[in-house]
Amino acid sequence: MRIGREVLLNGVLYTARDAAHRKMMELLDAGKPLPVDLTGQIIYYVGPSPAKPGQVIGSAGPTTSGRMDAYTPRLLARGLKGMIGKGKRSAEVIEAMQQYKAVYFAAVGGAAALLSKCIKEAVVVAYPELGPEAIHRLVVEDFPVIVINDTFGGDLYDEGAKTYAGK
Amino acid sequence: MKSCKEEPFIKTITVETISEAVANLCQESNYYLGPDMLEAFQEAFACELSPTGKEIIQQLLSNAQIAAAEKVPICQDTGFTVVFIELGQDVHITGGLLEDAVNEGVRRGYTTGYLRKSIVGHPLERVNTGDNTPAVLHVKLVRGEQMKIIVAPKGGGSENMSAVKMLKPAEGVAGVKKFILDVVSIAGPNPCPPIVVGVGIGGTMEKAALLAKEALLRPVGTPSPKSEIASLEREILQEVNGLGIGPQGLGGLYTALAVQVEIYPAHIASLPVAVNISCHANRHREVIL
Ligand code: SF4
Repeated sequence: MRIGREVLLNGVLYTARDAAHRKMMELLDAGKPLPVDLTGQIIYYVGPSPAKPGQVIGSAGPTTSGRMDAYTPRLLARGLKGMIGKGKRSAEVIEAMQQYKAVYFAAVGGAAALLSKCIKEAVVVAYPELGPEAIHRLVVEDFPVIVINDTFGGDLYDEGAKTYAGK
Repeated sequence: MKSCKEEPFIKTITVETISEAVANLCQESNYYLGPDMLEAFQEAFACELSPTGKEIIQQLLSNAQIAAAEKVPICQDTGFTVVFIELGQDVHITGGLLEDAVNEGVRRGYTTGYLRKSIVGHPLERVNTGDNTPAVLHVKLVRGEQMKIIVAPKGGGSENMSAVKMLKPAEGVAGVKKFILDVVSIAGPNPCPPIVVGVGIGGTMEKAALLAKEALLRPVGTPSPKSEIASLEREILQEVNGLGIGPQGLGGLYTALAVQVEIYPAHIASLPVAVNISCHANRHREVIL
């Protein structure tokens, strides 16, 4: 998958933000297993708004991924294959993505009501005490994302801005 | 002899009225994007050259439609609740404190409106307060017997990319422009472009920051009434959009929908400039009591 490719995701995603990442790092430091097996999985950086009665999930757009950069290489080393968020990743994360063959996708930040329509199931699987920051297991259908960083070191944010600069 | 002293007119507003008004504004501002923003999206959709950029703006238009129709938040980050109150000097508030009334409104609005609670009670200990309180409240005393309440929820993604700098007066307009372009360019995709750039120039450090936030309250597409500032706004907008960052930072013409500048007198030694970036979820609603 190369940068700029638009993809519709179908299947399972796990949610996690800063607080859940911090807790997972504490477990890894203590040599304990993670609450969910992330091998071959995709993490969606999101803290949804509360679901109204009858809704699967509240509004659920991506949060800024850079806040997770410090934790990401360790999860990639353990088999995480993809991440969905918004905004730039650090050089270390981009390098780790090449090394461990993982992809970073962006969803449209702020298109949260629209994106929530593609989420068909949502169950809290770890850290319920974190509220919107708990780890949820989502099942998505035709969830629209675009490849920002591929396994070849490309960065769509750099390329995209270069194409239109000065126009 | 009869006294002809005039009875002063005092209007009474109860804290309950204020709480109810704030609760409603919290919900409405999060569900309904203003007509100024929708119009700006339409224009960007028509003129954006990047096909991906166009598609993103289309998604934002449908997102706003879904949010309004289903009364759900435009964005899951329903923000820090920033509240501006213009309080007429002849208004008497009864039943409690204004600040408590505002916080009660936020509590109600966020709880009953299924809005996300995003506030931690201590910046270092970081435990969620559970009801999105406290608000950030700015009160200005004005003439008259009315109370205007503006609720402007502010998301973390765009607030985090904002900045203040104390320039040297010698740096002048060129320095101001350079700082704004630097801030927008470092922000890149993070504040969910297309953005609205609020700028405050002058005053002290905190005054410039407040002006920048107030600049975001002006309807998008309305230039400053000061002609020299209006042309500065146009010039900066052109330069910002020349960066090529585009919708969501994926490249394109529409990095920003507008640049809005407010000014204030400055100290002979200072040229403060604040840049407050708003994401496309540029939300605010107001009511007059
Ligand atoms: S920056 Fe704005 S649109 Fe983007 S996630 Fe935050 S609140 Fe939502």
